[in-house]
Amino acid sequence: MNSLLFYTTLGLYAIATFAYLVYLVKPQQVLGKAANWLITAGFLVHCTFTLVRYFEAGHTPITNLHESLSFFSLTIVGVFIAFEHKYHVYILGSFVTPLAFCLMLASSIYPAAIPLLPPALKSKWLLVHSSLAFISYATFAVAFGAAIMYLIQEHFLKRKQLGPLYQKLPSLDVLDEINYRCLTFGFPLLTIAIITGAIWAETAWGTYWSWDPKETWSLITWFIYAALLHGRLTTGWRGKRAAVLSIIGFFVLLFTFLGVNLLPSESQHKYERLLGGNVK
Amino acid sequence: MNIVVVGLSHKTASVDVREKVAFAPTHMEKPLQDLLKLQDITEAVIVSTCNRVEIYATSREIAGGMARLKRFLADYHHLQLETLESHLYAYHGEAAIRHLFRVASSLDSMVVGEPQILGQIKTAYGFAAEYKSSGIILNRFLHKAFSVAKRVRTETKIASSAVSVAFAAVELAKKIFGDLSDKTVMLIGAGEMCELAAKHFLNNGVRGVMVTNRTYERAVKLAEEFDGRAVNFDELFDQLHKADIILSSTGAPHFIIGPKDIEEVIRRRRNKPMFFIDIAVPRDIDPKVNDVANVYLYTVDDLNGIVQSNMEQRGKEAEKAEEIVSQEIGQFFKWLSSLDVTPTIVALRSKFEEIRQAELARTLSGWKDLSPDSRKRLEACTSAIINKLLHNPTSVLKRTGQGGRTDLYVDALRQMFELETGATEDGELGDLEE
Repeated sequence: MNSLLFYTTLGLYAIATFAYLVYLVKPQQVLGKAANWLITAGFLVHCTFTLVRYFEAGHTPITNLHESLSFFSLTIVGVFIAFEHKYHVYILGSFVTPLAFCLMLASSIYPAAIPLLPPALKSKWLLVHSSLAFISYATFAVAFGAAIMYLIQEHFLKRKQLGPLYQKLPSLDVLDEINYRCLTFGFPLLTIAIITGAIWAETAWGTYWSWDPKETWSLITWFIYAALLHGRLTTGWRGKRAAVLSIIGFFVLLFTFLGVNLLPSESQHKYERLLGGNVK
Repeated sequence: MNIVVVGLSHKTASVDVREKVAFAPTHMEKPLQDLLKLQDITEAVIVSTCNRVEIYATSREIAGGMARLKRFLADYHHLQLETLESHLYAYHGEAAIRHLFRVASSLDSMVVGEPQILGQIKTAYGFAAEYKSSGIILNRFLHKAFSVAKRVRTETKIASSAVSVAFAAVELAKKIFGDLSDKTVMLIGAGEMCELAAKHFLNNGVRGVMVTNRTYERAVKLAEEFDGRAVNFDELFDQLHKADIILSSTGAPHFIIGPKDIEEVIRRRRNKPMFFIDIAVPRDIDPKVNDVANVYLYTVDDLNGIVQSNMEQRGKEAEKAEEIVSQEIGQFFKWLSSLDVTPTIVALRSKFEEIRQAELARTLSGWKDLSPDSRKRLEACTSAIINKLLHNPTSVLKRTGQGGRTDLYVDALRQMFELETGATEDGELGDLEE
């Protein structure tokens, strides 16, 4: 049942992503609409999958790579649907859904068995801390998509190359605003996620902050987005500079999420370690 | 009944010829009534715009009808037909249908894809409807042309791109700013193109206009025209940060705005984007201004380049549009030819025959003791009834066919007996207001 839901989601995301990519080169508005329906359908199935898994496992399904990648994908699609609903730019999907689809594909590679959770992690904080972190990641992912679109559109306008893609991309103003809105949503969420993480660490491991690589990189990510938000609010950073910074921020964020697992050093946040019981 | 068209357009006649044969929109009743008085002409619509003058009509006879329309065009405007003749074109039947469909779809326009022509034809049709010079054929013909034009507009991108410099500038501004309603335009200097562009921006809802000029009085005068604000030329750089869109066309021999100035201005604006349009030759704005972040500089050559490539794009879309026109001609032509007498009589007869056969079969199936001989007599009797019934309408139709308005009879007959017309899809007699 569960794997059926998972693969239905994967399939729907695949078709939706394909439709969004075709929409990039074909002008039919109906294609964008269809892609939007598909991704929404996929999102609903994905929600069901996550809920079913939550009840089956008895804990929030963000404890191994399979679950986390899937959850990240879920939040990206959710945030994307909200933004597309508000700004009516189908083409945003051409830049965001491939990311969600790739995460889902990566998730399918990892074993789907429900892990046994060590007692230290069995806490309501798991739900609060992890899901907040992922929702903030998702808004930054949408900001990343909008930033890439901004750079492309700005390139066209500066170079005076006004091809079909230029026609289809929304105005610089809209793209910059999406970027800004994502930041104002994502940044507070990231802040709360880090704070709740610290509180949880204190209850689970007895210390608020242990300079674990994940914590360090989260802080770096936080500083980048803090700088961007500060620049936007005080000196009117916008446009290209804001776009470039949110692209850099997102790469750092991806490293925080995945790269830390590849580091040779120890991290309590490493997913396999989370489950191996190797907890302080 | 034949559809004929006689006229001239920007392709066959220069403006000094076109203006001589133009019909004033305030005096449309007389020419339309006069047309109906011509021999063999039964319906007429006059399309008269600055780029074309055309008479669409239905005529019982093709060659004579076209000749009379040409003569009318010359006589009505007191011109020699001999001098006018070389500018005139005349089409009939399928070619005439194709012509109107192409004109209405803006495929025959000077600027292919420009949207005004459809409205102009609707106005022309409005006069014809008001003065009752159009009848069943031209009504249907014109409505069909409107629906073809609508199809072309929705199914091709023929009208989607800007093909004038002023429009191109507005389109660009929309891609930079999105919403223009809180944006301010600043005019530096004066000039026809500059003012035209400013008007387009106002039509597209910009909030206000600022005007500056080396001669302050001229700035004040122009500002009044746009309901804007005049700015002293010396204060240009103190005021520039208030403008989002800058149209520059001074007669200065060198650059008046450089990148350093703009870096300063953009800082004051907290990096809010600016869109400069340099219309002056020689240029007013240093091209390096385009390198400043959040600043977009377009010269008149850039805009012309955009217009040019949009035109080429339209050329490609026009091919698709021609395809649509061809498809629609067939359908309309089928309807038109169904208005002929002979196929209508055949259709009516076969409809009656069908009813007779069906009723006969029903009666006979329950009548077992009928002798073959009586059966034959019954069949002959019903057959005779049908022939008698059909005799009158057939001979009336044939008689009116030699010079009368058969199309009216035929159309009525087809509707009353629900005979197939070949083109019955809905929406053809759709709204005029579109």
